[in-house]
Amino acid sequence: MFDFLQDYDLAGAIWTTVQLAVLSAVGSLIWGTLLAAMRVGPVPLMRGFGNAYVNIVRNIPLTVIILFASLGLNQTLGITLGGGGDFETINFRLAVLGLILYTSSFVCEALRSGINTVPVGQAEAARALGLSFGQVLRLVVLPQAFRSSVVPLANVLIALIKNTTVAAAIGVAETALLMKEMIENEAQLLLISAVIALVFVVLTLPTGLILGWVGKKVAVKR
Amino acid sequence: MSSVLYDAQGPRAKRRNVVFTAVFLVAFAALLWWVFSTLNDKGQLEWALWKPFFTGTEAWSTYIWPGLQNTLKAAALAVVIALPLGAALGIARLSDHRWVRVPAAVVVEFFRSIPVLVLMIFGLALFAEYTNVGPDDRPLYAVVTGLVLYNASVLAEIVRSGILALPKGQAEGAMAIGLRKGQVMRLILLPQAVTAMLPAIVSQLVVILKDTALGGAILTFPELLASANTMSGYYGANVIASYTVVAVIYIALNFALTSFASWLERRLRRAKKSTGAVLSADDVETADAGNVGKV
Repeated sequence: MFDFLQDYDLAGAIWTTVQLAVLSAVGSLIWGTLLAAMRVGPVPLMRGFGNAYVNIVRNIPLTVIILFASLGLNQTLGITLGGGGDFETINFRLAVLGLILYTSSFVCEALRSGINTVPVGQAEAARALGLSFGQVLRLVVLPQAFRSSVVPLANVLIALIKNTTVAAAIGVAETALLMKEMIENEAQLLLISAVIALVFVVLTLPTGLILGWVGKKVAVKR
Repeated sequence: MSSVLYDAQGPRAKRRNVVFTAVFLVAFAALLWWVFSTLNDKGQLEWALWKPFFTGTEAWSTYIWPGLQNTLKAAALAVVIALPLGAALGIARLSDHRWVRVPAAVVVEFFRSIPVLVLMIFGLALFAEYTNVGPDDRPLYAVVTGLVLYNASVLAEIVRSGILALPKGQAEGAMAIGLRKGQVMRLILLPQAVTAMLPAIVSQLVVILKDTALGGAILTFPELLASANTMSGYYGANVIASYTVVAVIYIALNFALTSFASWLERRLRRAKKSTGAVLSADDVETADAGNVGKV
């Protein structure tokens, strides 16, 4: 019944999905944190940039961003991100770039909602001690904000894992593309779909459960 | 919160701000210059490539408007079908009967953890194999199916959190005056919950609208994004110009919806009529991961 699976590299496709998710998660966490810092910071220009970035990027479909990365950045402007002439590597890197640019706006929002849960008194007390903005953020507010951002960040991560399928639009050999290929070649629609669905349930459900539990564990009790 | 993170600025902080602003401005200008010069080197700023969008209506009437119509059609169909389905699932998850609650929870969690694209690809093959829907209509059917399955389960969560956010006294009071369970839900809880959920539902519209683009990229559904591709083929490879125009349309539409949602939220928070908390999109998302698997 599962014979057809031998003809396809399912494990390889899942590995590509995981790689896409992990690399994009790390990248968007960094860029999203920087954006969040800009948005709450005292420099008006950076605040404006952070606001504009989040509001613009959030409202563009990820599909548009990733297709643009391939058709626009790569094929029209010749940007290869150091991938040389190897299309697979280039498209993989472009997909990661697109995912990072898109997801970081949601990371920024999740962190900002975390910062908003820190009581005003914490920051006021820190300022009364004479700490600077950088110190207030680094020593008092962000450590608490990260702890209450675990759950919203987990949701962003789950959405990111699901969004990696969009990379299929530019031919990155990940799970959704393999599914399309298998459906076109085999007459096992329901079985193939069940297998692929199971892959994503296994990838996302435990992530939600574990991080949800961690989130409750580390949340600051108030 | 953000304004309490730093003090009113003195002369030194102001000077530092100026330095930061200058450094940021220089970096940003360098980025813009790099974008501009790359575009210029590749000849992407030539007027001929941008002309179709600014002179004449051909590009708009032949490519963009039909594409936009399909995008809006798919999104509207998806919302209209997903809303009642989501409401039913959400209420079912709150049922007193285990045999109603558990299956509803399983369905919701299952479809929420699968990418929309996978659902769409599945839908396309399903319609091709088991129904007599014509090949021209299949992409629309598949896109709507995928969107409905996913968004009904998200809306179910929104409905559930909306009802759970109401004060307990509402249901208790209703039961005390002798209403039956169905009446409590229909007459007391739902009307209040719906107003509280409105902002979250409008925010979900943005997600639906954005996800229609998947159909254009992978299922050959002729929507706005797909129209950008045909357009850039017709007007001599003006990929950058076409995508910019299409992206601006998406941003305008979604920004309008997002602003409407936050306006609604502010308005509802001000109004004293409803008793429950107002649900923003963030609230629902925050409620998610913590509740996964809770039956």
